[in-house]
Formats: sequence, C-alpha cells, structure tokens
Amino acid sequence: MTAQATTKALAPQGPWYKNITKEKVNRFLMGSKEKEGFIKMFVIYALLICIGFIYIYPILYMVSKSFMSLDDLLDSSISWIPSTLNISNYLQAASSMDFWKSFLQSVIIAGLPTLCNVVSCSLIGYGLARFDFPGKKIVLAIIIFTFVLPSQITMIPTYVMYSNLKILGTLWAFVIPSLLGMGINAPIFILIFYQFFKQVPKVLIEAAQIDGAGYFKSFLQISLPSATPALITVTLFSFVWYWNESYLTEMYVHGVLTSSGWTTLVIQLDNFASNFSSYATTATNAATNLNESISMAGTMLSILPLLIMYFILQRYFVESIDRTGITGE
Amino acid sequence: MSDLKVSAESKALKKQEKKIKKKIKPGRLAQREAITGVIFIIPWLIGACVFLAYPLITSFYYSLNNIRITPIGKNFNFVGYGNYTEILLADADFPTQLIDYLTSTIISVPVIVVFALIIAIMLNEKIKFRGFFRMIFFIPVIIVSGPILGMLTSQGAGSITAIDTQSITGAIQSFLPMALAEPISELFENMVMILWYSGVQILIFLSGLQKIDRSMYEAAQIDGGSGWECFWKITLPTIKPLILLNCVYTIVFISNNDQNEIIELIKASMFSGIQEKGYGYASAMAWMYSLVVLLLVGLFGALFLAKKDVYEKQVKKAKRQMKKEAREVRKIERRSARNEKKIERNRAKGKYKTYDGSGDY
Repeated sequence: MTAQATTKALAPQGPWYKNITKEKVNRFLMGSKEKEGFIKMFVIYALLICIGFIYIYPILYMVSKSFMSLDDLLDSSISWIPSTLNISNYLQAASSMDFWKSFLQSVIIAGLPTLCNVVSCSLIGYGLARFDFPGKKIVLAIIIFTFVLPSQITMIPTYVMYSNLKILGTLWAFVIPSLLGMGINAPIFILIFYQFFKQVPKVLIEAAQIDGAGYFKSFLQISLPSATPALITVTLFSFVWYWNESYLTEMYVHGVLTSSGWTTLVIQLDNFASNFSSYATTATNAATNLNESISMAGTMLSILPLLIMYFILQRYFVESIDRTGITGE
Repeated sequence: MSDLKVSAESKALKKQEKKIKKKIKPGRLAQREAITGVIFIIPWLIGACVFLAYPLITSFYYSLNNIRITPIGKNFNFVGYGNYTEILLADADFPTQLIDYLTSTIISVPVIVVFALIIAIMLNEKIKFRGFFRMIFFIPVIIVSGPILGMLTSQGAGSITAIDTQSITGAIQSFLPMALAEPISELFENMVMILWYSGVQILIFLSGLQKIDRSMYEAAQIDGGSGWECFWKITLPTIKPLILLNCVYTIVFISNNDQNEIIELIKASMFSGIQEKGYGYASAMAWMYSLVVLLLVGLFGALFLAKKDVYEKQVKKAKRQMKKEAREVRKIERRSARNEKKIERNRAKGKYKTYDGSGDY
C-alpha cells in the first residue's frame, strides 16, 4: 500500500509535457557541466554548415557549370543541375590545354624542386637546431626576414643572372635555389624542420655518437626517421605551393616573352582564352566558341589532380600542422 | 665596517666566477660541433649570398639606373633617384595601385584573422564530423592560386549570390566617405575569396588552441569564470603570438599572390619596350613595394608587441627593481673601497697613532 503510494507520487501526472520542468528545459538549452547546451551547439553547427557551404560554393559552382551544355547555360530555368551530363566541355578544355603534356610537366616542375627543398631544408634545419655556433641567431633572423621580403625585389637581378647563366627556361632555375635553401617558401620549411629537430632528445644522438656514429650518420639514422611528420608536411606543402605558383614559374621556367616548352596546368589556365581560340581555329571537328562551361571545365581540370591528392592524403594535411609546430613557437 | 667585509667577500666571489668562466671556455668538442653546424648550413649560406644578398644589392643599383638592353649588352645610365620620382609623380598606375593595396590589405587582414579565429574556436569544440569540417575548411589551401582565383572571380563565383551584396554596398556607400566605402564594399563583393585566404590561418589557430591546457579552463570555471571571460582572459592571451604570426602570414600571402595587381605591374614594366621603363624602373617599383610591405608587417608587429600582459609587466618591474638595488650595492662598494683607501693613506701618513693592530681604531 505504501509502496504503491510512493510510486504514484513519483509517477508523472497527466500528459507527458507536464513532466518537463523549467530546470530541465533550461539545462537542455543552456547546458550543464556534463553536456553542452542545445543553443550553443545549434549555433555552432549552423554557423559551421553555413560557412562551410560558402567555402565550397565556388567548387560546387564550378562542377555544376562545367557539365552544362550551351543550351543549359542559356536556359534561365536551369541554375544548378544540368539537364544532361555533358562531358564535351572537358574534352575540349583538355585538348586545348594539352592536358597530359602539361600535367606531366606540372608534376615534374612541382616534384623536383620539392625533393630538393626537402633535402636542403632538413639539412639546414638540423644544423640550426642541433649545433651551436656563433651567429646562429642572426641566421635565424635573416631566414625570417626572407620570408617577409617580397620576392619581387630580388626577382629582376635573379632573372638577369639566370639569363646570363643560360639556365632561364630550364628546370635548373627552380632546382638550384631550392637546393640552396632558397626555394619558394623555404623559410617556412626550414623553421618547421628546426622546430622538429629541436624536439629530438639530445641524449639519443649522443648515445649514437658514443656507439660510433658520425654527425651525418646520426642525422640520417636517428633524427630524420623521427621527423617523419615534418617530412610529410614539407613534401605536401612544397608540392602544392610549387604546383600553384604561376608568377615565378612563368618568369623563370615557362618564359614571359618566348615560351620555352615547359608549361604547367596553372599557366595553361592563365592563358586559357588565347589557347582555346588557337585550338578552336585549328580543330578539325566543330569546336564551339569559348563559353563559361568550357573555362570552368578547364579550371576544374587544373585543380583536379590536387583535389584527388588532397582527398587521398587529407589526413596528413590536416594532422600535419598540429604535429609539426608550423606555428613556430 | 660591515661594508668592508662585504667588499672583500664580493671580490673573492668575483675571482671565483672568473675562474669558473675560464673553465667553461668552449672546448675542442664544442668547437668541432660549431664547425659541423656551419657545414650543415653551408647550402643556406651560399644561397643567401647568391639569391639574397647579391640580388638585393644589384636591384638597388638597378633602381638607380636607366637600363637599356642592346644587342651588345645592358646599357646603364645612372639617373640617381630619378626612377623613384618618376614613379611617384609621373606613373599613371603605380601610386594609385599602391594606395589601393595598402587600404585593402589593412582592412582585409583583420577580417581574415578574426574570421579564422572564430572558425578555429568553433572547430575546437566537441562536435561531430570534426574531420569532415576540417577537410572542407582546408580545401582552399590546396587550390588557391592566381589564375584559378582570377578565373573564378571573372565567372562570378567569388561572391555569394544568396547574399544581396548590392544593397550592402549601397548602404555602406551612403554613410561612409568614398575612400573608405570602396574597399569595404569590395570586401563584401569578394567575400568568398577573402574567406578562402584563411585556410592556413585556421589551422595555425587550431593547433594553438589544442595546446592550451584544459585544466586552466577548469580552474577558471571553479572560480566562477564564464565562457566569455575564459575566452578573453585565457584563450586570447595564450594565442596572442599566433595572432601576430597569422597577421604576418596573411600580409605576405596577399602581397605575393598573383591576384595582386602591383606585382603584375612590376612584371609588365620589366618587359615593356618603352625606353624609360625596363629593368631599372621595375627595380625601383619593386623596392618601393617591398618597403611598403615591410612597413605594413612592422606596423602589425608593433601593434601586437607593444602591449605586454600583466605578468610580463610585473617581471619587468621586478627586474628594474633588482637592477636598481644592484646599482645601489655597487655604489656602496665603491664608497667603501674609497674609504678604505683613504684610511690606508691616512694610516701611511701616521694619523692613527692609537692603532694597535687588532682591527679597531
């Protein structure tokens, strides 16, 4: 009898919503110690989704436009989803950009300097992090200064120097600076390696040296393997930055006034309109005039390799920054 | 009298210190390590000479000359600062472009950095699909490059059609002076592109935020601090150096971006066939541009380095106090040494006749 009474008193009276007390609502909306409030989470998700949409809006726009045929473009009732999956835009853009040749050359132009960058920057970063010598602070200060200094100021004499050395329009114009630690954004990479090698315990290296390893061997076999995250980061970023560089590539490798034969997808995209018109006049099959869809397809083609690489390796990209101390504390 | 003792003791201490210092003079191992370190950075040293020092000096020399390229070689014609005055006074594009660049950078850098900070803080919360969101916000880093951005903006993908930018710019232009309204409305028109510039900055902030000790927040919460207070008193001071870093990074990025019209201008004048222009003229442009960029970086740096927080202020105060005390001690030492000499001298003269050798007189 008494047990029944207590259960009755505890059991909810009337409809379900009577059970919702003010405190419960408050806790649900504003959160408690254990759980975040609904309002806060809602605002965060809403903002993230909205801004995320803005972020990928240009890409979505590009994808949707690139598949549209001319009729779809002119049809005002079609704004996002094309009526037919039109691949001819891509075919035309690819042949006007000479896709495979420029793709291969892009890989070479971005890949070789990247390799040199990794080698030279890791050596320099190790030298700065591991050893003490007079003037080290000055060297670090100059490295930071070179990062801030716009490349335009050294560009003209370097251009003249390259043309005197007859390496203008060859790959050497990119390889030599990156071998000497002066490649594109090399200061950042040096600082990443510097940061990373400083974290390697000195005891390890000393132990190796007692066991008979020389300076270089202890660098190669002990420090370098423990710096794998830094190696991955530098490789990825260097590749991406060289791939996307069009100003210096055009100056040094592609040539401004006369083309040297070297070209990259990004440069092809830069000259897309003129390339396409020359393609359209020489093409035997019926080539349409340049329209939005074709140029969007061209843009898509030039970023597609990077996008694919990013989706495969995105874990490394995103995690790399956490682990390498790119923040430069 | 006690002064005398102190001075004697301090002298002994100083001697000891000197001895220790002599002992820890760099030995042969340290010397060898230093040499190895220099060997490791030799590539950079060569690179710095060939690709930094030499071009810097040469480009300055170029900027003072009028260079004409003849079949025999380059023809230098020294004009002093003539190139600079010509650019500032007679060039049609450069000064206006430079001012445009300055205003747009000064406005967009805070926008980008604040935006990156907000996104980073949101991504740092405990949310689901964190990896997915991070992936999205990192895409721009991969594909941002001059021609692609140019293509996108020319096709109208740079502004969001959902937001009525026209009305916003109209509203801004109605109550702000033209010089200010123009860059701000430009900002709204290219909103997507501005957001796209903040990919790396978000990641830098994110990694900084993750390194903050959680227990600090817990302690603050126990003391009754709200989330808002925690942000201003814990998060912001901790990541302050990162804010400066991001400002510098943003400035450098905007300055070296192909979308920047000034660097196109420099390239165009470098290869233009007009007699007055050419390498010298372009070098002068590059020097002016670089000085402006460095000034801008310095400005932001001064803004963030000038204000130090309370702890640093206290440390500084304590250090100053210690220095003052040390100076005082030295003064006393000097005085006592003087007195000692005086006594010595007087004693030599035989003034203290009652001196009995026990140390008292």
